[in-house]
This record gives sequence, C-alpha cells and structure tokens, in this order.
Amino acid sequence: MTDRITRKTFIRRAAASGSLLTVPGLLAACGGGGGGGGGTSSGATTQQLAKTLHFSNWTLYMDVNKKKHTFPSLIAFQQKYGMHVDYVEDINDNAGFFGKIQGQLSRGQSIGRDIIVLTDNDRYLGLMLEKGWAEKLDKSAIPNMKNLVDVQKHPSFDPNRDYTLPWQSGMTGIAYNDTQTDPVLSVDELLESPKLKGKITCLNSMGDALTLVMLSNGDDPAKVTDKSFNAAFNRVKKAADNHQIRQFTGNDYAPPLARGDLTAAMSWSGDIAQLGNPHLHWNVPKDGGAIWTDNMLIPTGGNVYSASFYMNYVYDPKVQGLMEAGDPKRDITGIYYIPPVKGAGEWAKKFNPPVAKNQLIFPSAETLDSVHIFDNAALNNEKYLTEWNNLISG
Amino acid sequence: MLWLAIFFVVPLGFLAYQSLQSGNFDVGYAFTWAWGNYWSAIRDYRPQFVRSIEYAGIATAIALVVSYPVAYFIAFRGGRWKNLLLLLIVAPFFVTYLIRTLAWQTILADHGFVVNTLQHLQILGSGGRLLATGTAVVAGITYNFLPFMALPLYVSLEQVDPRLIEAAEDLYANKIRAFLRVTLPLSLPGVIAGTLLTFIPAAGDFINAQLLGGPDNHMIGNVIESKFLELTDYPAAAAMSFILMAAILAFVAIYTLVVGTEQLTGTPT
Repeated sequence: MTDRITRKTFIRRAAASGSLLTVPGLLAACGGGGGGGGGTSSGATTQQLAKTLHFSNWTLYMDVNKKKHTFPSLIAFQQKYGMHVDYVEDINDNAGFFGKIQGQLSRGQSIGRDIIVLTDNDRYLGLMLEKGWAEKLDKSAIPNMKNLVDVQKHPSFDPNRDYTLPWQSGMTGIAYNDTQTDPVLSVDELLESPKLKGKITCLNSMGDALTLVMLSNGDDPAKVTDKSFNAAFNRVKKAADNHQIRQFTGNDYAPPLARGDLTAAMSWSGDIAQLGNPHLHWNVPKDGGAIWTDNMLIPTGGNVYSASFYMNYVYDPKVQGLMEAGDPKRDITGIYYIPPVKGAGEWAKKFNPPVAKNQLIFPSAETLDSVHIFDNAALNNEKYLTEWNNLISG
Repeated sequence: MLWLAIFFVVPLGFLAYQSLQSGNFDVGYAFTWAWGNYWSAIRDYRPQFVRSIEYAGIATAIALVVSYPVAYFIAFRGGRWKNLLLLLIVAPFFVTYLIRTLAWQTILADHGFVVNTLQHLQILGSGGRLLATGTAVVAGITYNFLPFMALPLYVSLEQVDPRLIEAAEDLYANKIRAFLRVTLPLSLPGVIAGTLLTFIPAAGDFINAQLLGGPDNHMIGNVIESKFLELTDYPAAAAMSFILMAAILAFVAIYTLVVGTEQLTGTPT
C-alpha cells in the first residue's frame, strides 16, 4: 500500500517540478477511454442490460461457425436479449494479461471489460480477489448457478462463489505423437526415458508441471510441503540439466508435436481435442493428472448486472451443451474443454453424439477421480515461484 | 528537448526509482535505496547477461559479414534494380516479428531440410538438432536484425565516389588494396551505425531465445520478462534493465573510442 502512495506522490512531485503534466494525464486518458467503452457507471447494479457487454477471453474458447466466422451462441444471445457482446480473445496467459490490467486496476480505474477469464492454477485469479479488484456477482440474476457442478462449488480462493464462476475446465496430462514413439503414459518415461531425450517439453506453468511430478513421486499436490516441492523441483531440474527437456512451453508445444519435432509433451487436454490430429494422443498419466478451471469474473468497474445476466445464459444446460459440443448440422464447432454445467452432457448427446462420448470433453467420473488440483498456497509462495522461474528461464 | 524529457528522461527516472524499491506485489513496494537489487541481479543472472552479449555479438558479426557484400553489390552494381533490391531487404519487415521468428521453427525443424542436409554432411550428428539450441537463437537474431545492418551499410557505400576507387586503381593499387584503402574506410560510418543498430536491440531481445532456444539459451530479456510478468518483481526487473543498459552503453563507449568518433560522424580522417 505504501507503494501506491509513494508512487503517486512521486508523479505529482515530478509533475509539479515542471514539464511533465502530460504523463499522468496520458495515463488517465488511457484508463478513461477504456472505461468509457463500457458505457456503464462504475460497478453499478442496475437491473437493466447494458447495450454492449465487453468480454475478454482466451483464444479458441468459444463455439464457432468456421464457415461464417461467427460465434453462434453469442449471436443467439444477442437476438434473444438485445445485448451485443463485444467478444475479444485477447488473453494468452494469466501473467501477461494480469500485467496488462494491473496498472489501471491498482489506480481504481475500469479496464473497460465486464467479464474476464483467469485460471485457478495460477496465482493471479486469487490475487484479483485479494486486492479487491473484482465485483461481486449479482446472484439474483444467475438462477442457473444451481447447475454448477458440485466439485466447483467451494473453491479455496472464493469459497461461496461470490465473485467467480467457472467458464471451462481442462486437464493436464501427457500427449504423444504415435508416428514417433510407443505410447508414453507416465511421468517417469517422460522425464527419464533415454529414448525421449531432447524430444519432450514441460509446461512452464508451475502448478501444472509440479502436480504431475508430485503425483508421480507419490506426494499430494494439494498439500505442498518444502520436502515435496524440492523433490519434484529437483526432478524437473535434473531432466532440464541433462537435456531430457527440450523446452518449457505454454500451449506452443502443439505445432512441433504435430510436426514430429517433439515426441511427447506435458499437455492440456483441450489443445489435443481441438487439433483433431489422429496421430496425437492424450492421456492422464499413470499416477494421475491435474485439473484446472478458468473462471469468469467481473473486474472493477464492469457492469455487474449485464455480466451476471450473461453468465446465467451460459449456465443454461442446453446453451452450454451446444457451446461445448457444437453441432455439425449447423456448422458449429464446440469449445471441446470440460463444461462446469450439470446437464450439458445430456444436451451434447443430442447435438453432437461423438463429441459427447469423448473422454477429454465429457470425462467419466473415473477419469475425474484421477485428476488433482494444485495447492493454492504454493502458487503464491514467493520462494517456490522464484526458483521455478529461474529454472524455466535458464 | 521537451520530447526527450517526456518520453525518455521521465520513464527512465521512474525506472531508476523503481529499481531501488523493495517489497513485493502482495504487500506493496517502498522506496528504500535497495541497491541490493543490483547486486543480486548481477550475482544470480550473470550467465544470462554474458549470454546476451555473446549472442548479440555473434549475430552482429555474422550480419556484418553477410550484409557487406550484399550492400556493396546493391550500391555499386545494383544499377536500375537498386530500389527493387533494397525493397527485398526490407520486405521481411512487412511480416510481423513473431511470425518471422516462428517461420524459423519450421526452417530449422528436426526433420526439415536444413537439419537433414547438415546431418548428411556429418556436420550434425544423426541425433543432432538445431531447434532449442544457441545456434538457432543466433540464427534468428541475425535474420531478424539483418536489415538494420544492411541499410546503413548501403547508405554509406552508396556515397562512396567511384572515381576515388578508379583513382586508386590508376595509381597501381590492385582491387583488394583499393578496397582496403579506399572503399572500406569510407564505409566505416555505415559499419559502425549498422553494428550499433543491430547489437543494441539484439542484446535485449527475448523472442528469439523464447521461441528458438531451449532452457539453456535464455537471454537477459527473458529473465526481465519473467520478473516483470510472472513474478511481478518490478524492482528486480528494473534493476536488470538498468544493468543491461549500462553494459550496452559501456560497449558503445569502448567501441566508438577504439574505432574513433570521427568515423561515426563521417568526417574524413
């Protein structure tokens, strides 16, 4: 907190000393411009839909009509309720997006968005809530919240779901290319098999990577101790030092894996489901995988009622079923991650039976039992984070 | 001057201020003259600093060796094709930086033409590869910054009066001596401008190391990026930026002292 005061005083002092009045002016102008775009009074809970809802999401994260290049569920929403959704896929990683918005939010300015989506296996989602940069959901506008799957009802960062609602979940496991290798089904093989040397990648997200390694070590990723952290960390470090691991990646491992430069990779289920390449296979590792959830939230200054209203729409099982599975008859391609809405699977069967059977998208209870969530406290442990980042940035 | 004050001095001052703060994102940062940020940056990240200077230096040298003949050819033999040839050098700039770098992932792919050829010639072992190695990073940097080298070289070679070379040859200098005594010295301003324009941004680059390098090939730019975005450790990132800037300034100072400042301004010696 001292920081903000000192920084402000610094700028003011600098401005007073001459010539620089434009700097804070410019900053304010940037913030104001974005906020004005929202067309709403800051954080107001009026029971009236805004003209436009500003929604920032991750790439390839909406049902799409590939022929017409449109988002069918958004068009249907607009036709039904008259609110236009300004939908932008401008989130590529949690850290990068947080870096972009934190300046304005820390000055109490709106970022011109009504809904953004952040992942629970990174520290930034928790940080947004902790810093008070999220608006409370208008639950009266979200009766469909009753359809939220039970496991998602009480996450540690938002125990009563006052601020966030899941958008989609996904699993972290191992993908391999069958033109290059026999099935790779365990972390042991991935990190230690000489046949895979220099041909595998590890995810650069600490939560994802260490969950898999800890499970393979027989440790519990939901309760990280210094001992279990060190054991997992050293195992990854060793694999990096002896060049078993070729690179630490975000989802940019997918093209080289499809090309055969990589034989196997630590991988997110949805990436492989979306690629639809018959040679790429994705599995939960033998000792278990990770599950993570992307959460919608309303950043400071967003239109609470309109955002909540839209969340209610996607929590309608019929809408969610279509968004998730798509419908070949109408040229709709689905999202292909894991829906957090009860009953979506039933509707998916009507729209697109093969996808509804896909274990990566509608996993069985058995699969879901084998995937784990990483310890939230460890995600915010400065020491772990620094060590991890030093490892992945050489 | 006002321009420089607003867009250079002020941000730099703010960066300096930030680099001396301590604390973390959760509790906030406070200004405490934390010089320790600098020492720990140098202590913990020396390999990345050294690597940045090394990669940028090699890339600059290769870019010079490759660009000089090209620029020479365009300047003296380009004739009416000059503009077209220059356009070809600049053409890659019409494609975004990221895509140009990603294209190198395909060029240097493990089963691609380049790797196969090198393996065939026994330069690379059968299990050898280029992607995720320092070679790939240097190749990417060289390619991406080549026009910054070629264009200043062209401009200074273009200005060389061909009559001077003719005169040298008339005075019994052979082609090589004429080049070494006349053309090369006259093109030095271009060489210096080109090396600086290439080296300075290359030393701070992180895209090439991220996309083409492995975990052992990260440069200081990658560390700064991760400190800023991943760890929200702004003071450390600011301190590293300053150290990088100081290192580059020192390099430029030594370089210009050795080669001579008159060359930079183009005044004949």
